[in-house]
Amino acid sequence: MKTTLGWLKTHIDLAASLDDMVSALAMRGLEVDAIDDRAAALKPFIVARVVSAEKHPNADKLKLCRVDIGGKEVQVVCGAPNAHAPMLAVFAPVGSVIPRTGAVLKASAIRGVESQGMLCSGYELGLSEDHEGIIELSAGLTVGAGFASATGRDDPVLDIKITANRADCLGVRGLARDLAASGLGALKPLAIDPVPGKFPSPIAVHLAGPDDKACPLFLGRLVRGVRNGPSPQWLQDRLTTIGLRPISALVDITNFLTFDLCRPLHVFDAGKLDGDLALRGARPHEKLKALDGKEYALDGEMTVIADNSGAISLGGVIGGESTGCSDSTTDVFIEAALFDPVRTAATGRRLGIQSDARYRFERGLDPEFVRPGIELATKLVLELCSGEPGEIVTAGAVPQWRHTIAFRPARTWTLGGLDLDPREQRRILESLGCKISGSGDTLSVDPPSWRADILGEADLVEEVLRIHGYDKIPAVPLRRDSDLPKPAIDAARRRTDFVRRTLASRDLIEAISFSFLPPAQAELFGGAPEALRLVNPIAAGLDQMRPSILPNLLAAAQRNADRFEPNAALFEIGPQYRDDTPEGQDEMATGIRVGRSGVKRWDDPGRPVDALMAKEDALAALAAAGVAADNVQVNADPPAWYHPGRAGTLQLGPKTLGAFGEIHPGVLAALGVDGPAVGFEIFLGALPAPRARGRARPLLRPSPFQPVERDFAFIVPVDLAAETLLRAARGVDKKLVTEVRLFDVYQGKGVEDGKKSLAITVRLQPNDATLTDAQIDGFSKKLIETVEKATGGKLRS
Amino acid sequence: MTQADNIDAYASETGAAIDAAASLDEIEKIRVAALGRSGTVTQWMKSLGTLPKDERAAAGARFNQLRAGIEEKLAAAAQKFEAAALAARLATERVDVTLPVKSEIAGRIHPISQTIAEVVAIFGEMGFRVAEGPHIEDDFYNFTALNIPPEHPARQEHDTFYFPESAEGHRRLLRTHTSPVQIRTMLAQQPPIRIIVPGRTFRSDHDATHSPMFHQVEGLVIDESTHMGQLKGCLIDFCRAFFGIDHLPVRFRASYFPFTEPSAEVDIGCSRAGGELKIGAGADWLEILGCGMVNPKVLEYGGIDPAKYQGFAFGMGVERIAMLKYGIPDLRTFYDSDLRWLRHYGFLPLDVPSMVGGL
Repeated sequence: MKTTLGWLKTHIDLAASLDDMVSALAMRGLEVDAIDDRAAALKPFIVARVVSAEKHPNADKLKLCRVDIGGKEVQVVCGAPNAHAPMLAVFAPVGSVIPRTGAVLKASAIRGVESQGMLCSGYELGLSEDHEGIIELSAGLTVGAGFASATGRDDPVLDIKITANRADCLGVRGLARDLAASGLGALKPLAIDPVPGKFPSPIAVHLAGPDDKACPLFLGRLVRGVRNGPSPQWLQDRLTTIGLRPISALVDITNFLTFDLCRPLHVFDAGKLDGDLALRGARPHEKLKALDGKEYALDGEMTVIADNSGAISLGGVIGGESTGCSDSTTDVFIEAALFDPVRTAATGRRLGIQSDARYRFERGLDPEFVRPGIELATKLVLELCSGEPGEIVTAGAVPQWRHTIAFRPARTWTLGGLDLDPREQRRILESLGCKISGSGDTLSVDPPSWRADILGEADLVEEVLRIHGYDKIPAVPLRRDSDLPKPAIDAARRRTDFVRRTLASRDLIEAISFSFLPPAQAELFGGAPEALRLVNPIAAGLDQMRPSILPNLLAAAQRNADRFEPNAALFEIGPQYRDDTPEGQDEMATGIRVGRSGVKRWDDPGRPVDALMAKEDALAALAAAGVAADNVQVNADPPAWYHPGRAGTLQLGPKTLGAFGEIHPGVLAALGVDGPAVGFEIFLGALPAPRARGRARPLLRPSPFQPVERDFAFIVPVDLAAETLLRAARGVDKKLVTEVRLFDVYQGKGVEDGKKSLAITVRLQPNDATLTDAQIDGFSKKLIETVEKATGGKLRS
Repeated sequence: MTQADNIDAYASETGAAIDAAASLDEIEKIRVAALGRSGTVTQWMKSLGTLPKDERAAAGARFNQLRAGIEEKLAAAAQKFEAAALAARLATERVDVTLPVKSEIAGRIHPISQTIAEVVAIFGEMGFRVAEGPHIEDDFYNFTALNIPPEHPARQEHDTFYFPESAEGHRRLLRTHTSPVQIRTMLAQQPPIRIIVPGRTFRSDHDATHSPMFHQVEGLVIDESTHMGQLKGCLIDFCRAFFGIDHLPVRFRASYFPFTEPSAEVDIGCSRAGGELKIGAGADWLEILGCGMVNPKVLEYGGIDPAKYQGFAFGMGVERIAMLKYGIPDLRTFYDSDLRWLRHYGFLPLDVPSMVGGL
């Protein structure tokens, strides 16, 4: 909402500086986004009289002027052909900044003659493109006066952000009312003198029904014999300073009232109307060519104003071209109505029309101001275009809007935290237009017709606080109900944080990527169901909810590779989406390693990433989450986006905790990722619930007896899972065996084809007595038997 | 010549031999000759038994003294040679100490995670607990229950992402703010409530200052008496703790949100002198969050009696406060996963924020 200081002052005797007013508005919820103080740049320039203009003694094209700058004469050298006595001109004193160039004007000698300033062109002042001659001001201005104020260029333009609840402040008067209530000046009375109609209206107005929700009140008035044409300068200036284009007096009047009093109206050229005006829903296939030159297809949910020819205006949104006013208009029909906010908003949105009228109607307008609006419009039409007014025709009635709120001034303290004298509270509410009755602890407050946003007691508390100032509410600490703080996060979130910091401490870098990705990528990672595709994405490729975080991380790795960072190690802790229910959102810890394990170093050449690096990351994450690696079962049946032979899943009993391994080369190719790439995915929600209480550890009983280690090597089938052997070895004597360590995997010379050698160290820890040789031998024998049976292998001899 | 003279002579003779020895080997030979099994001193000590009874004690003392003296001299000489040998060995051993080593921790925590952890640390001290909710939401939780009816102008300002309408005519959306969790929490528990809700939010907006996905932290306090004074106190304390500036100016301006009444926007003091933004006392203000007293209608939708309970809510952009605190210039870079950016603006994994440990 744009206005100017001068415009505001037509509604209020302002008793504050511009700065104070701007900060007062801001504190009251009317934030001033921008102030275009046009006067500031023009401040140094003053009105001056050229006393004499003679030829420069040393230059043919220059003039030597004596200039009266108000009680003082100076000498100025000027090159303008139009400089002459006794014209009024704009004088720039030495030291002023020329707006167009930003240069500081210096005293100088031009061709040997001193010049004590400059006479300015419109170009130099940034006011026009005319640099042929200097500005010639109209006679009658005071010599020595400021140029900006003398010519009305000192009116700063304010751009104010109006929140959705304050329809009343979409008119200048609404702003003035808030300022007056805040003690910044006195609100000027608004005179509404009804203009008597001189003849019965030949055009009637009709509503669709007696209780039309789309428009409860519809008024019209014919003014005959008007002369339309450009509006007067003051009105054109008002509109242009807030960025509107003057069109003609009749149209400018409606725009002026829209911004001045928040009362949109429409003017029809009565000569182009065919019969009465009726409000109705648009008919199927009905079309309207609107004033913006575009044709719109309408439907029954849209309210139109129609005459016998059909729809001629979209109620509350935009007028039609066929009945618009032009310079040849002689009879004008002024329309003012109360269109339903919801339908107006829906209509405008469906047709993509954003008009000043729609903007106001959809926020809800003052139901009592329809008739005053048409009276004021009539008055302006008569003033600017003359003519003869007809009687006002009416359909419908002002809808019931009055309501009473029980208001306890004590709530300003108990809800608002401000202890304010009830009398001052009363003054504030009354100055905003509320009618108050009753006394004591509970008052009856009727909000004014223009404040449909005030619905309950909390709204009244807000009005009191807002006008008095939020800065006056004393800040008090928010005390917690216990002496010491309690944990802010539950056990599961604590675990997630621990996983995050564990992965980062493994040299993985945390990324955060979008929850959506291209459907084609989702297809590679489990599917792209329609139900998880946005219907209004911001861009193609940002429309499918991700079924996995991997594609985002892989794409990020490739972007880094393209910037000569081929080795990316990234992880993200975040959501992936199975379906559109709350339960279908899985919290994941997902990571990738791409390229090599690190850059080549003198002490570590690095190596290409492999599936087991991803397994290490996955198990580290699980360990951080309290799941011991020994309890996790690893199966070689990965999801389809992994390499079928170099990846696995992680199970805990029947639960799938996640997967890891090399990313399928076909998937990498489809994503355009160079690779090699490995990754892991952990379902954080699938992890066993952390124990809620009882942090005590089981008692440690260190054995006093010597442990024993024995090595064994077995020749086993080449495709045997190492885990099968390790599990068998661990199971031989669960009390005695504390560790089984695989220390060698060998294939090649000395081992027949189709076989491999697996070598393990088994650590035995007796608890009751030192092991005897016989016991150790017995154990070894049992271990060999068990492992050979479980693996189909043989002890390597 | 008495035996005592003999002993003195032997001591000085042996001492001179030790002093003259040129190697550890020679020292060893002297030791064997004097103290070995058939060494002179050993033999003398063995002969003690042959002496008359009254002389034995004095002679024993002399022999012991002799032996101790020789041992001491031998040890000192041996140590001298050992030290020399070690010095000679060390003189040949070299490592290029300027060789680069793996000293850096390469992993980083994303600034958004770190900022959320900081926010949780501060509000945790004030008795808040973290709550979360789904990103794919219902119209009811995201709008209706927050007092934003279908045609409300505020809905248009939210630029909502929608999913296709289901067969039952149900249309889900991506939450436009973290506020739906207010409703979910209220419906799940009665007051007192004190939660903060960090999480992803989505709006169909994409330019230099908007991202289609971003993060918010929501706060909600509901009890029987919390009023706007505590709202101010709580958020002033937060701003000062978060930015680490004790007297940071904090300003509350009237505003409008459908879900709060009264509503306020909060500015912190800053200076833009010289084109550089500095948080702290200065000539300017910077908007950082929105807040207000929970609208009674929202309490009703949440199944809480507005005649009995009241409280406040607030919401802020995580990226925004992170950008301000850490001087990150561009919003869009948060989601680029550019390794250079992540290394530069990221945090070390062991840098866990807490109020007592520092933020």
